[in-house]
Amino acid sequence: MMRWIAAAIVSGAPVLAAAETVAPADVTYDDYGSVEQSLTGTPGDAANGAAIVGNKKAGNCVACHQLDALSDVPFQGEIGPMLDGAGDRWSEAELRGIVANSKMTFEGSMMPSYYKTSGYIRPGDGFTGKAGSEPLPPLLDAQQIEDIVAFLVTLKE
Amino acid sequence: MKFKAMTAVAALLVAAPMLGMADEEAELVVNGEIEMVTKTDAPAHLEGALPEIMSGWRFRSDETQQTQMDDFDNPGMIFVDQAQAVWDTAEGSEGKSCASCHNDVEAMEGVRAVYPKWNEEAGEVRTLAMQINDCRETQMGAEPWKYDGSDMTAMEALISVQSRGMPVNVAIDGPAQSVWEQGKEMYYTRYGQLELSCANCHEDNYGNMIRADHLSQGQINGFPVYRLKNTKLNSSHARFKGCIRDTRAETFSPGSPEFVALELYVASRGNGLSVEAPSVRN
Ligand code: HEC
Ligand code: HEC
Repeated sequence: MMRWIAAAIVSGAPVLAAAETVAPADVTYDDYGSVEQSLTGTPGDAANGAAIVGNKKAGNCVACHQLDALSDVPFQGEIGPMLDGAGDRWSEAELRGIVANSKMTFEGSMMPSYYKTSGYIRPGDGFTGKAGSEPLPPLLDAQQIEDIVAFLVTLKE
Repeated sequence: MKFKAMTAVAALLVAAPMLGMADEEAELVVNGEIEMVTKTDAPAHLEGALPEIMSGWRFRSDETQQTQMDDFDNPGMIFVDQAQAVWDTAEGSEGKSCASCHNDVEAMEGVRAVYPKWNEEAGEVRTLAMQINDCRETQMGAEPWKYDGSDMTAMEALISVQSRGMPVNVAIDGPAQSVWEQGKEMYYTRYGQLELSCANCHEDNYGNMIRADHLSQGQINGFPVYRLKNTKLNSSHARFKGCIRDTRAETFSPGSPEFVALELYVASRGNGLSVEAPSVRN
């Protein structure tokens, strides 16, 4: 029907983890929700991160957020704050925490947790409406999150 | 005049966020005579949750809004006409039609406005669809219709038309209360991998855009609704199913006890809005 917030590109099969990849259940959040350690050890690719943020079928962050850097992407949502200047307001570790699991930073946030795989109420199998079984594939994989973070730190006013 | 002409002028004055966007201040008058309440004070049970309630009609584009202002333009009315013929057609082992027991369909005036409703004899909260199927099975000896199939939505629309303009007024106390509480709990439950509740979108964010969709309050006073997208009448349960599925959750089935409870609760959030069916949506 609507698919406001897109499917991750990850397929059902777990992505083959590189040696340093931190699994969703093993991510360490500090008291304020930041994640210091890179999820992959591989530096993020900001250009790819921008593509994921704007892509309906990937992060689809624009479903809820507007940002001038992606002004060519139509239909940006109004649910969350503008992302312009996010790189001034938040450190890299904070941004990683917000994208991986926003609820650790903003209690009760409406923003989905992109790197979380269990603890859901009636988890589904993607957008099929059928039951899924936990652990679910995360909405984004570890490197996609690193790419997004690399992009977000470039958002300076 | 078919509709209040302020619409166009107001749209130019207000800083409209997007071209062709809804005019949330427009008023709905159908056929130049049925004045619909599309915005009013929230019922007492919503105190603290919503200051006022608004029909989904207010959130649609000018063109979609207009389609609902005249029955000749409203494609949903075709199905109402079809159901009128079915109303008079005998079916089932008893050789009866709806008209055999209820006479003219005008006798259904006021019915839509109070459903879902507690049925004392059956000891259950009944939706209009459940009642229609009970008539078919018990009174007519006919096969029940698919809960949200096209026969059913058309008959629901025909019955709803008899109450157009009347305020929704479902009872939430007495024996219906526990079902209502169940529906309320569902409304605030954050289902699925996206962990989103009905309230996240339709209470906290109505009026905002989520991607290309202009969020309404998710009211059901206009159901069944004709959608330009799938060119048929759609039941509220089909809508609930779509909304829950899109949170990446395991959804519930149309006609399930859970959706009956949710319908009662969501209907009660619209107490005071006019019965509008068949509404038109994109
Ligand atoms: C369903 C809505 C939704 C989606 C989808 C969403 N967000 Fe958010 N986001 C929010 C909300 C709401 C907030 C505000 C925090 C709060 O109070 O809950 C927020 C806050 C943020 C912040 C902090 C903003 C600031 O400058 O203070 C960042 C950064 C962010 N989101 C990035 C993202 C990224 C990147 C994605 C996609 C991978 C994303 N968001 C997807 C709703 C969303
Ligand atoms: C992530 C956002 C989201 C969530 C969660 C959500 N919906 Fe919706 N809903 C929408 C969108 C978008 C539409 C289409 C535009 C509109 O009418 O708001 C819609 C439409 C509707 C409509 C049709 C309204 C009309 O006037 O045509 C109803 C009824 C509805 N939703 C009920 C619900 C219920 C009940 C729940 C919870 C079980 C729910 N929604 C959860 C986004 C959501």
